[in-house]
Amino acid sequence: MSQAEGQQHPIKIYLWIWFLLFVLSTFSYLVDYYHLQGYLRWSLIITFMLLKAGFIVAIFMHMAWERLALKFAILIPPLCLLILITFMAVEGDYTFLTRGAAFLR
Amino acid sequence: MAHDAEAAALPPLRQVATDFASDKQAFSVPWGKAMMWIFLLSDTFIFTCFLTSYMNVRMSTTVPWPYPSQVFALHIGGQDIPLILIAIMTFVLITSSGTMAMAVNYGYRRNRRNTVLLMVATAALGATFVSMQAFEWTKLIMEGVRPWGNPWGAPQFGSAFFMITGFHGLHVSAGVIYLLVVANRVRKGFYEKRGSYEMVEIAGLYWHFVDLVWVFIFAFFYLW
Repeated sequence: MSQAEGQQHPIKIYLWIWFLLFVLSTFSYLVDYYHLQGYLRWSLIITFMLLKAGFIVAIFMHMAWERLALKFAILIPPLCLLILITFMAVEGDYTFLTRGAAFLR
Repeated sequence: MAHDAEAAALPPLRQVATDFASDKQAFSVPWGKAMMWIFLLSDTFIFTCFLTSYMNVRMSTTVPWPYPSQVFALHIGGQDIPLILIAIMTFVLITSSGTMAMAVNYGYRRNRRNTVLLMVATAALGATFVSMQAFEWTKLIMEGVRPWGNPWGAPQFGSAFFMITGFHGLHVSAGVIYLLVVANRVRKGFYEKRGSYEMVEIAGLYWHFVDLVWVFIFAFFYLW
């Protein structure tokens, strides 16, 4: 192959990411431990989750060093899942209201 | 392939255009790696379907959802510690991802001994994770959680839990076997003869993906 020996990076960067993942997981655990509620809880959980996911994909899975063509091919299609999630959220809400109307009369 | 080197110097979007438009393979990675990425993409869709259906049943139920923090608490030293087993499982899986990343690195450096050791360590951590999950399942089943009901609230809790964590656990178990097979080949010098350690990186991609899925399950199922 042209890029003879693929992905070679200093070990240090993996140890750093490893450490960061530990810290972020501890933070998200603490969110639960201290019983944070409401929007604060959800925004913190999602922030930590996305940061962790980003580090894993970018560094551990080497996506940061891949060509843009591969990045596009892999990272763009999952975006259509947002449509599925939106539809199912609307649907879930509707079912909830219908059940409420039917059972709680 | 002079073409690749030329294209690498282009601005990013021009590079994409060149990669897709030219009469050559679109992705300048080994085909096995491109295919693993595409498999993982399809797996992303499967897991998202599970998590979305979980979201849907949780939103639509009129009965309160069991509170995960209490359901998954362990009684240690006279008090209930919330989610402690899940937290330990998370750390175990992250650690296994770290050892796997280093195994890939040592593979490319042609350090066979370290590669094998780190891959076996990764597999051992994966097996630990599955054992802890088996413990968790046993505990919940003893407490009366079933796919059709549980003592604390919305009956959908059980089906979502068994489906999502079960499918993830299956991935981890398959990954442990996969890693051991590849590690054994590294040990026997199979990739040394072939002159490339890309198979270790491909196995690594799968393993990191399993960790990635857990990040989402942890956030949406256990913490929400």
